[in-house]
Amino acid sequence: MQGVFVRELGAPPLNLSEILRYAGMRGTPDDGLSALLDSCLAEVAHGLCYRVCFLEHGVKMTDTGVDFGYMQVDSADLARCLSGCDRALTFVATVGPLPDRMIARYGRVAPTKALLHQAIGAERIEALCDAFLDLLRAEQGISLCPRFSPGYGDLSLTVQGDIFRALNPARLIGVSTTDSLLMVPSKSVTAIVGIKKEQV
Amino acid sequence: MTVLDFFKDNILLLDGGMGTLLQARGLGVGELPEEWCLTHPDDVIAVHRAYFEAGSRVVCANTFGANVLKYTKERLEEIVAAAIACARRAAEGLEGEHFVALDIGPTGKLLAPLGDLDFEDAVNIYAQTVALGVKYGADLIFIETMNDTYEAKAALLAAKEQSTLPVFASCAFGADGKLMTGADPAAVVALFEGLGADAIGVNCSLGPTALAPVVEQFLSLASVPVILKPNAGLPQVKESKTVYDIAPDAFACEVARLVSLGVRAVGGCCGTTPAYIAALAAALQGKKPLPVTDKGITCVSSYTHAVNFANAPILIGERINPTGKKRLKEALRANDMDYILAEALGQEEQGAQILDVNVGLPDIDEPAMLMRTVSTLQAVTALPLQIDTADAVAMEQALRRYNGKAMINSVNGKAESMAAIFPLVKKYGGVVVALTLDENGIPATAAARVEIAKRIIAEAAKYGISKKDIVIDPLALTISADDNAARETLAAVASIRQELCVHTSLGVSNVSFGLPMRDTVTSTFFALALGRGLSAAIMNPYSTPMMKTYHAYRALAGLDKSCAAYIGFATALPTESADTGVKNTHVAAVETSFQGPLQSAIAKGLVARAARAADELLHVMPPLAVVENEVIPALNAVGVGFEKGSVYLPQLLMSAEAAKAAFERIKQALGEGTGATRGSVVLATVAGDIHDIGKNIVKLLLQNYGFDVHDLGRDVSPEAIAECAVSLRAPLVALSALMTTTVPAMEKTISLLREKAPWCRVMVGGAVLTAEYAQMIGADYYACDAMAAVRYAESVM
Repeated sequence: MQGVFVRELGAPPLNLSEILRYAGMRGTPDDGLSALLDSCLAEVAHGLCYRVCFLEHGVKMTDTGVDFGYMQVDSADLARCLSGCDRALTFVATVGPLPDRMIARYGRVAPTKALLHQAIGAERIEALCDAFLDLLRAEQGISLCPRFSPGYGDLSLTVQGDIFRALNPARLIGVSTTDSLLMVPSKSVTAIVGIKKEQV
Repeated sequence: MTVLDFFKDNILLLDGGMGTLLQARGLGVGELPEEWCLTHPDDVIAVHRAYFEAGSRVVCANTFGANVLKYTKERLEEIVAAAIACARRAAEGLEGEHFVALDIGPTGKLLAPLGDLDFEDAVNIYAQTVALGVKYGADLIFIETMNDTYEAKAALLAAKEQSTLPVFASCAFGADGKLMTGADPAAVVALFEGLGADAIGVNCSLGPTALAPVVEQFLSLASVPVILKPNAGLPQVKESKTVYDIAPDAFACEVARLVSLGVRAVGGCCGTTPAYIAALAAALQGKKPLPVTDKGITCVSSYTHAVNFANAPILIGERINPTGKKRLKEALRANDMDYILAEALGQEEQGAQILDVNVGLPDIDEPAMLMRTVSTLQAVTALPLQIDTADAVAMEQALRRYNGKAMINSVNGKAESMAAIFPLVKKYGGVVVALTLDENGIPATAAARVEIAKRIIAEAAKYGISKKDIVIDPLALTISADDNAARETLAAVASIRQELCVHTSLGVSNVSFGLPMRDTVTSTFFALALGRGLSAAIMNPYSTPMMKTYHAYRALAGLDKSCAAYIGFATALPTESADTGVKNTHVAAVETSFQGPLQSAIAKGLVARAARAADELLHVMPPLAVVENEVIPALNAVGVGFEKGSVYLPQLLMSAEAAKAAFERIKQALGEGTGATRGSVVLATVAGDIHDIGKNIVKLLLQNYGFDVHDLGRDVSPEAIAECAVSLRAPLVALSALMTTTVPAMEKTISLLREKAPWCRVMVGGAVLTAEYAQMIGADYYACDAMAAVRYAESVM
């Protein structure tokens, strides 16, 4: 088994309509809201990081779920998602603590800006996960299954403990969990991605 | 010989990576490396031995992650004892000086406010490991791979409080030249030197070439020896093996180049092996260490950056000080942190570079209030703080919690004051403001004030406090009481800058007390003081004349390249028509025609214009009529639009913020104690959950609709929520939770409320909840959004 790797990516392209969707906005924003969104984007134009740490490992189906070597999980949904894969990646990605700082900064005095920062952070971390997996596909010529995160379906959030022990993201990319298993920085994602067997 | 004695005349060669070597010897993914001190001691000894033989003078014992979060107390003691013993065994039989460091890494938890680990808990976790390191004979403490200044401060404080050993402290900088939590090298140097680290620097994350810019900044700023332990470049996969992209010779060559620039302690981190250290030893053969010099920098810092007094005059915002401010006094007594936060952000937006924080009132618990205010402020603003209190206990508690090197306001020439404050400056670091007064009061002449300044500087030196960490305030007194007051103060500023070579600060606003057109007098005095070399002013950043003087001075003194900041300031000065050009699509969505500017401003979500329109209306109608006839109809129209789906959440919120700004003006017009409300709502995010956006949105809307909201914050225990509901006999409690893992805490809170406050209704909301789930955990109502929460509150009260 190989070690845990760290990748730092450039900023993925920004998707403004996704940000507005995360903020609960439909349709075209008026000038006031657009100006507010611009000011929030300017505040995070520098200072977001795009870091991922990941581990490649085996996949063995068990009676109740999947054995990854570094952990065994009970989850029929995850097993279904990984069917036909004998390898997978576990990764932890983060855009860093700046969105949390901004949400805290404005949460009590300017909640609209907090809402927009929350939406920007959500769009950024999702874009990072997609960009990271696209990069792996391109570099390694592999096909990947959809990503599956702890908390999806019947996969318990408690597997975060095993993932964090194996990948040590606290040291590698600065992501840790609270006692109640929330990730901090909050704009972080943990996921498992099956690597499809090569088509013969 | 101690490691510091050895360090004086030698370049200190450290060790390289431990984890990679143990993995090569079979350490599995997810296995805790420290356990190997007990289970595979021969492997650990062999790694240390290889480093010593390659030339290392210091090895880090295998204790990087050894703390009570990962191990029981008993196991921790066994591990630390074994780890140090392994390193000692490895040095047996070797000639010359060899040292063993207690290695301390991050706890693996993020400190509050970002995470949930309390600062004092972090200090306590590190204290236990440090105490064991001392007990089992470590020669020094090596704090490394820190990516959060706050956690590093906790580790440094623990090291200093639990031992007298030398302490080295080093951080992991990213490719952007900053720590994960945002600190630049200047902020790290200021904090670490202030806390008394014996050597400071950089390790992990990148190879030596990529880290060189950060290292060069350390060398230009640090007055203590600089450490460098880079990775062997970046890891890559080759033939299914992990390899790093910088070979030993190239690594050694680049590190040796940085030693030539002044780095004094070098080794390696991830991916480096004894071969790298041997190459480094060879490259350093015969190299003489550069002396470490005092850079004489006067600076304070926050969790992101440092403010250097040599660069330009510094503006210290004075607005968080209750003296003469009725609204702030009221906010402090009511524990209204939102008002204080708004003051902080407002001053920052106006251009303040440091914020003075004074919360002293006769009838409040100042130590508790100051600590809470500092903690809250440093979670929302990146500006360094000036802690302003006459209470030494409050000062110590606030300095301890402060995430940076604070400005300390103040000490004076009285023996009692110096005896109380200087030990705190020494222990926690800081730049202390020294007032030129003593047991005989404030001298009338500049010369006598300069004499007091000299005495203060001499006394500070006895505590080991250098004059670079002192800023003298020669005291601006009011000219309406003494014609010569300003003249003497200005003369003192000049003498202190030129003769004592110490920076100066003044609370400039005092000078105009009792006079008409105070801004004119104060800003002219400010200009005169700047001309005499004033380094910093405690001032009102909302005062346009003061800001005009500041920007004009910087341009005139050659501190503003191409006058860019001056031009930016001048063009941004507010004009009446500032926000009138906004298109009206937002209001159109509400499908109601609005009468007059306040309704229109609220509907469009224009905060500044709503406040102005409220002011104008208050001249012509009673405050309550403004609420009834103007604010409520506009809010209602927007609320109905949201419920119908023609107004969206960001627009609803913008309108709510505009209405809040209008309410703030109406409240001032009403005066104290007349704000009748519809009833109390206790609001909280439940225990274990640190999300609060949804809760804050609900709060804003409930406040707008006239409810008295008691916001207990986030991560609030069931007991605290029940206690508040009982003490207020609140008819309604609103609870928020975002994650499935925290819903049980919500259920527990509801059952406690049923027991302690059976009269009280409970509404719940949050991403993971549904109406069915809410019913299952015993809530009275599930609010699907913020308007629904308002409507339910209206139905209850």
